[in-house]
Amino acid sequence: MTISQVSFGSHEPVLEVKDLTVKYIGDTRSTTAVDRVSFSIGTGEVFGLAGESGCGKSTIANSIMRLLKDPAKIAGGSVSFGGKDVLAMSPEELRRFRWQDVAMVFQSAMNSLNPVLTIGEQIVDIFTTHAGYSRKESLRRAGELLELVRIDPARLKSYPHQLSGGMRQRAVIAMAVALKPSLLILDEPTTALDVVVQQEIMAQIKELQRELGFSVLFITHDMSLMVELSHRMAVMYGGRIVETAKAQDVYANPRHPYTQALMGAFPPLTGPRVPLTGLPEGVKFRNIPDLTEAAPGHYVAPIGADPSVIDPAPLEGAAR
Amino acid sequence: MSHALMTPQPGTLTGSPALEIQGLGKSFPVGGLFSRESVRALHGVDLTIGRGEIVALVGESGSGKSTLARCVARLEKPSSGAILIDGVDVLKRDRFQASRAFRSQLQMVFQDPFGSLNPAHRIEHFLRRSLAIHGKSGGSEEETRQRLEDLMTTVGLEADMLNSYPHELSGGQRQRVAIARALAVEPQVILADEPTSMLDVSVRIGVLNLMRKLRDEQGISMLYITHDLASARYLADRTAVMFAGELVEEGESLDLLSNPAHPYTQLLVSAVPDPSRAGSYDPVRRAELRQAVMASTHCAFDGDPNQACSAEEPVRHQVGDPENRHWVRCHLYRPWAAASGHALASEPTQPGHPASNAQEEASA
Repeated sequence: MTISQVSFGSHEPVLEVKDLTVKYIGDTRSTTAVDRVSFSIGTGEVFGLAGESGCGKSTIANSIMRLLKDPAKIAGGSVSFGGKDVLAMSPEELRRFRWQDVAMVFQSAMNSLNPVLTIGEQIVDIFTTHAGYSRKESLRRAGELLELVRIDPARLKSYPHQLSGGMRQRAVIAMAVALKPSLLILDEPTTALDVVVQQEIMAQIKELQRELGFSVLFITHDMSLMVELSHRMAVMYGGRIVETAKAQDVYANPRHPYTQALMGAFPPLTGPRVPLTGLPEGVKFRNIPDLTEAAPGHYVAPIGADPSVIDPAPLEGAAR
Repeated sequence: MSHALMTPQPGTLTGSPALEIQGLGKSFPVGGLFSRESVRALHGVDLTIGRGEIVALVGESGSGKSTLARCVARLEKPSSGAILIDGVDVLKRDRFQASRAFRSQLQMVFQDPFGSLNPAHRIEHFLRRSLAIHGKSGGSEEETRQRLEDLMTTVGLEADMLNSYPHELSGGQRQRVAIARALAVEPQVILADEPTSMLDVSVRIGVLNLMRKLRDEQGISMLYITHDLASARYLADRTAVMFAGELVEEGESLDLLSNPAHPYTQLLVSAVPDPSRAGSYDPVRRAELRQAVMASTHCAFDGDPNQACSAEEPVRHQVGDPENRHWVRCHLYRPWAAASGHALASEPTQPGHPASNAQEEASA
């Protein structure tokens, strides 16, 4: 696949996922949750993965972190991080890889803080376990870390319930970047937050990213948010990538009917009120073919050539 | 209409709005058994929904939107105020709980279509039950059957889905069933509390379009409660903004969102992600807006001879063309301190602007 060459800038890719296939294996039948997905993320690049619930985006994140549990199994493909094969790592290598090389912020991360430990104890724990600092040194660094996300270091002594949702989410992001990972995976980092707080957290992430220079894999279903933050993005449907290009190109000129439907699902805040259609109930795409280059750097799964693909015509004709 | 017996002659009421909320207040007791403390969730809310009108109620979580919906739906007992349907105060008419007549006038569609349909029953059961309880089944089994199929068609579902169980349906389809169940009663007002927030993004628009179609074709009035300003703009004729349990601004949706007058509305509008105005986030401006929301010191209408400001009374200033019925509450008005238990108050930090941060904390 040639997609890996379209990374942002001329940097070495930090993460390279090739033909990743993940199956959920049941007793009687198994489901392919991720089907031959390939992409790469360059140094300092923000790569977005968009799609609806169930399309496999979180499964990809969990495969990169090697967090998949039974019955999910990586059935094929490769994940390499900085040249190392992630799928072949030993438990000891994995322990170092997680958090030090790649950190992840989960969807309801603000609820993943331990309620009976103070914020400070939880951050100190990262430094003493993963970096081997002394307690005193760890505490100093924990204070710096909170300042980085603009939380008063006095909050180190607070318990999670004493912080608001936005502050907890910021604390979790601070913890994720504590060991200066080269890749940060954000899985729907702001879904449970109000818009005002969401925008401030996104600005925070952008700022941290500029300061620390890490790459980001950003997962969300909110296309507007994704286009604002990402350099490049991919749209997933049913375990397949249907379109990938620079985020601005996808926004300005979505080519796959599913991408168009997703874009059409968000009413604009300006301009006249025009009827939108979204994706009608029951329209499904099947046997999505491999991507082909439709324009320079803009890869789309072809539609129509393969008769097994359901005709996307009802999209246009959908009644209001 | 079935409720004709319960109210004066409908003919004389054509001028009255479908739903009128007057001075609605709700406070919840907090603390122990003998505590006299209370949290004020709603205070003096006045909102009118005309016949065949869709009004959106927007605000952040904790602003009191859902409390308002629960009070209007009589799931919660309001502490004060009146709720008028067809000009009749339903709080006085049915004093202790909602009557069947009230339920046939007003129906709710809830946020979670996965929790609002009993998994043990087929879709037919929900609709048939609604019809039977409110005496809309018709005389014969054929008529009932016809009604059921009509309902399904109205909400855009196949009639053979009547035999399905909820788990066989997608989120969007379930929400359509929930809407069909509300429609079975032939209500004049539907309260929809975040009806699309748990649905997959690509089918959300379909549900909004269905709600608009019901309004256009059947003249049903709706109160659409949401935190999503873009969808409020898309669906609603008028939008009301709620902050800390009170309405701060209301007006024709397009006008309100393009010329927000209250700093809180401006804050909400500026926070909506919109790729077409990239680079819109300005931390300094954000800090100013937060400051204006939390402790405003001046009002844009100060000095206007026609519209006097007041720090004691929640004065409503008219914004722009009277045709848009766009008003904003005077910025100088400061409700009492207990009302500040909302999302913004617990977020004292702003990125990139530590100076005004300290200022804000001092003033809070």
